[in-house]
Amino acid sequence: MGGDGHEGLHEGRDCVRASLMELLQLIIGGLANGCIYGLVALGFVLIYKASEGVNFAQGDMMMLGAFVALGFGNSDQMGLPFGVAMILAMVVMFGVGYGVERVVVRRIFGQPQFALVILTIAMGFVFRFVAGSIWGYSPLVLETPFAGRNLYPGGIVVGLADLVTIGVTIALTLALWAFFAFTKIGLAAQAASQNQMAAYIVGVPVMRVNSLIWGLSGVVATVAGVLYATKGAIDPNIGLLGIKAFAAAVIGGLGSLPGALLGGLIIGVVEPIAGRYAPGELAKMSPYIIMLVVLVTRPGGLFAQIQMKKV
Amino acid sequence: MRIVFKKSYDRDIDLHEHGWSRAKIAVLAGIMIVLPFLVGEYYLAEATNTLIWALAGMGLMVAVGHTGQVSLGHAAFLAIGAYADSALMNAGLPFLLSFPIAGLITGIFGAIIAIPAVRMSGIYLAIATLAVFVIVEEMVIMLEPITGGVGGIMAPSIQIFGISFDRYGALQNFYWLILGVVALVAWGYANLMRSPTGRSFLAVRDSEVSARALGINVTRTKSLAFGLSTGVTGLAGALMGHYIGFYNYELFSIFISINLLLVVTIGGLGFIQGAFLGAILITAVPQAIAIARDGLNANFGIDLGSVPGLDTMIFAVILILFIIFEPTGLYGRWLKIRVWFEIFPLARRDMFRRQKSYLKTERMK
Repeated sequence: MGGDGHEGLHEGRDCVRASLMELLQLIIGGLANGCIYGLVALGFVLIYKASEGVNFAQGDMMMLGAFVALGFGNSDQMGLPFGVAMILAMVVMFGVGYGVERVVVRRIFGQPQFALVILTIAMGFVFRFVAGSIWGYSPLVLETPFAGRNLYPGGIVVGLADLVTIGVTIALTLALWAFFAFTKIGLAAQAASQNQMAAYIVGVPVMRVNSLIWGLSGVVATVAGVLYATKGAIDPNIGLLGIKAFAAAVIGGLGSLPGALLGGLIIGVVEPIAGRYAPGELAKMSPYIIMLVVLVTRPGGLFAQIQMKKV
Repeated sequence: MRIVFKKSYDRDIDLHEHGWSRAKIAVLAGIMIVLPFLVGEYYLAEATNTLIWALAGMGLMVAVGHTGQVSLGHAAFLAIGAYADSALMNAGLPFLLSFPIAGLITGIFGAIIAIPAVRMSGIYLAIATLAVFVIVEEMVIMLEPITGGVGGIMAPSIQIFGISFDRYGALQNFYWLILGVVALVAWGYANLMRSPTGRSFLAVRDSEVSARALGINVTRTKSLAFGLSTGVTGLAGALMGHYIGFYNYELFSIFISINLLLVVTIGGLGFIQGAFLGAILITAVPQAIAIARDGLNANFGIDLGSVPGLDTMIFAVILILFIIFEPTGLYGRWLKIRVWFEIFPLARRDMFRRQKSYLKTERMK
């Protein structure tokens, strides 16, 4: 090799390469995190699409879903195989979502959105209390077949859990999009959200559709919860993640499925990068700053569905 | 039932419909003034706390109850009021100046936030205020020289004209000070609501489109309402800081925002009296739970103290029951009971039936 100059150049190039690798690593981890935010946001959007209400307990439903899966699957609890436990947890959470709509939410049918916001915030506390009394407040770890395994494509470390998260999220988003675009119930749900009375008149069973959608959002919350649990321990307070996911849903525009996912990904990627390159607290604030900027510049979110109100 | 004979149009907007209701307010005020001589130190402190909550509740009521703007972030404005007041007092200003200035700062901050926020409707505003709350919370931690960061700060002791109004040293004086502030704000609030400005708040709440058609500047009205709301909340925050004495950012958590919402919803949305009823409930329920817990423990050996989070859970259940069964809150229920007695044999069950309503979207697609 040549003189000192070349050495320096090499070192510089290595340095750039190392920081690029680091950035790539951050982005991949961020994408996986973003997928979880996106999944919780999908739960918000589902209910918003069907009843134009916002379920502030979505984060707590995610928490409950993760705990139910843990209760079925972990070897010190019921010890069922992972797949069976997942399916059972989804069934249980479908029942929880359906039941919540049937017993509580239906009673305030037709009241202003504000009532539902307060109601669901209160329900979140109830969920947290229930999970805390059954499983305790200390962190627990969900046993999954893909936890802690890594792949090494081209010098970066990719967790298998991250890949599974990204894959499941994409599949679920596509499935939900198809559900709303093509199936009868999906279309009925959209009709019910746009004009409840008109939907009644053309024969949509609005209340039953709402119950189904709440059940479905319980299932989505379970999936999000399980994927979240693959990345670390869970405790009854992880539901607060819902606020961040909420920011994701708003950035994308409430009522838009791809928007929710995109919002989740934006938050997921920006957060670790801000944490690495920006000072202290800015990383924690970043989702909300992005959200405020989006709300001020495009009040309906990136995929806006609100237009000027007409008389 | 009392018949009011109105001899001029002015009487239509009188603060009190007749002398009887004026007398009731006077009696209530009298009782509140002599309260320090009637109850002990502990209950006086609780009464002070209730008054502070009522003040904050009135602040939120302007936004939620009278203008229809839901805010999930009012704890942030409590925090701004508290820190502004403490910072100004530490800078050497007397309480008489720092207190209104703290309210003003909070109000201006709120109004500035409101200008972009009022373009958003319903749910989006709630979310934006939630975001503001999180950002303010982080800012409080960051601005360590003023706020003491995570460690927290000590609220300076209040001195007015050489008389001590310290929360611990002179609780009676502190109580009267807060009572005075609360009475003043309540009086101003009640008068505001019968002025054109207050009426435009109601018009905007009930229908933005019709309000605009009647020539009301909706954006200005909403910003003004939000600014007033945050200003009063800031005042409450300043007093809360003095009441607690030593505090950090954790005093103003998201749960405080939710408790405030609980105050206005359970008290009765759209009634000033509702803020007071809600405040009484929110300070009395933890006491009742504590008493019930001790009673159960002593008499039946059931130890509820070992169940964590029970208080929050009970609050949540109360809130759910109110939203489902009595959306007009405690004050609405009281009005119904009063009407039932006033027209005694004629009350029918369907009189208060809720009208059937259907949701209609704001989305056009």
